[in-house]
Amino acid sequence: MRHRKSGRKLKRTASHRRATLNALATALLRHKRIHTTVAKAKETRMVVEKMITRAKNARKADASAAKVGASSERAKKFIEAGGHARREVARFIKDRAVVAELFDVIAERVANRPGGYTRILKLGQRYGDAAEMAVIELVDFNAGQEPVAKKADKPAKKSAPKKKAPKKAKGDAAKAEATAPAEATAPAAQ
Amino acid sequence: MPNPKRRHSKTRGRKRRTHYKATAPAASECPNCHTAKLPHRVCPNCGYYNGRSIIVPKNS
Repeated sequence: MRHRKSGRKLKRTASHRRATLNALATALLRHKRIHTTVAKAKETRMVVEKMITRAKNARKADASAAKVGASSERAKKFIEAGGHARREVARFIKDRAVVAELFDVIAERVANRPGGYTRILKLGQRYGDAAEMAVIELVDFNAGQEPVAKKADKPAKKSAPKKKAPKKAKGDAAKAEATAPAEATAPAAQ
Repeated sequence: MPNPKRRHSKTRGRKRRTHYKATAPAASECPNCHTAKLPHRVCPNCGYYNGRSIIVPKNS
């Protein structure tokens, strides 16, 4: 029985599951907003929130170490980089640039947020397998931003001649931007 | 194993199944574009949720 066992299996073996969640966590930290199924989004949230907290706490430790004064230049450098926490996170995030982003940019941005760094928004069911889809995003990186209309210019490419397609896509994007910022700025304050 | 003694008539089975009914999904109104949408979901028509544009709908 799985009584009181947290986490979803996602129909994967342990290693496959770990690989999936690492990939999703890396993608979320890199792009700040990803599109996936609700189940995977919720699992990713469990992983990513803990990583962000570790990075944040490492920054706090960095500040206190600066006060006390580290024993050597090397120790100071190590603590500044995030110390042991950085190494532990790097076990899961295989991309060094993303680890750096997490410890330098994300940890700083979320410093005043007591957890709850991610937001999951449900999108409805996917065509094909009717899986409930969702967008998971980092709250502090997605305040009132306009989503990029990536898919909007795809069908235009197929049918219309090349010259028309980009123009049309631009017009659509401009329209979307014109209507959005006015409404988008208000929720940004929350 | 116990087994049914008598054949079950078509009527009997059909009578039982009159109570099998599909329920309509709950709907709520999108505050942005006023079309019907599923509650607690991003509006598939305008891509808004909670006063904010979340996705760009494909057909826009």
